[in-house]
Amino acid sequence: MGTGTGLGRVRGLGSAKSGAHHWWLQRVTAAANLILMIWFIVSIVRLPVVDHQAVVLWLKSPLVAVPLVLLVLSTFWHMRLGLQVFIEDYVHEEGNKVAVLLLLNAYVFLCGALCVFSILKIAFGGVPA
Amino acid sequence: MSRNAARPLSPHLSIWKWGPHMLVSILHRATGTALAIGGGVIFTWWLVAAAMSGAAYDVFYHWIVQSDQTSMHEGAQAFVNILAKLVGIGLTWSMFQHMATGVRHFVLDTGAGYELKTNRMGALLTIAFSITATLVVWAILIATGKVF
Repeated sequence: MGTGTGLGRVRGLGSAKSGAHHWWLQRVTAAANLILMIWFIVSIVRLPVVDHQAVVLWLKSPLVAVPLVLLVLSTFWHMRLGLQVFIEDYVHEEGNKVAVLLLLNAYVFLCGALCVFSILKIAFGGVPA
Repeated sequence: MSRNAARPLSPHLSIWKWGPHMLVSILHRATGTALAIGGGVIFTWWLVAAAMSGAAYDVFYHWIVQSDQTSMHEGAQAFVNILAKLVGIGLTWSMFQHMATGVRHFVLDTGAGYELKTNRMGALLTIAFSITATLVVWAILIATGKVF
């Protein structure tokens, strides 16, 4: 493993010097998730019905759309950090690891972007209730 | 990483007596992964369907929540509805379990809660919380007629 030698660094072994930041962002997003997810669960449970009209009217309020966008950003960021560690722990072969990490990034950015766009489209009145 | 298979590994999972702390540790990871994949896909489908049209939303609604009595797919939908409820209950429990073990991680991060009895109690509390909260949420969903 990398012992801090020049060769070890060329081979990409040893610390990437970003572990503490990764750890910290995992906690920051976790704290945001905790607050926003409790809000989301309580809101969904309190909606009288969950048909299309109810969801569209609900999402039109800025006080719903904005927290929901923040929830999407925070949870998808958190899931990217968490699954990255999961993959690094369990996928040992280097090529597969890089491939699965790329797949993870594609998944997180695709779904995250779809969610944010969908919320904003409804919030800006792009969907008739 | 290449490894010489002839060399012994140090004993790991097999030598420990399982306790609540080990269970909630692996549950945190398992529930997190389940939420990221299952929760992520269903949540995205829900929002995209809502943003597309009433018809697209109805497809989501009839397959996941409540089958459409007038549809030729009514039988298949009713079957998927049952599976979706099992997945929904599983994801709800996963969310509360991951939430509780996450809060437990915050406590452990401060350096507190490592005494044997405290640690064990904290781990058991996360399970008690997740089961209770799941029962409460689904009791409300059923009582208010949202899912059945």
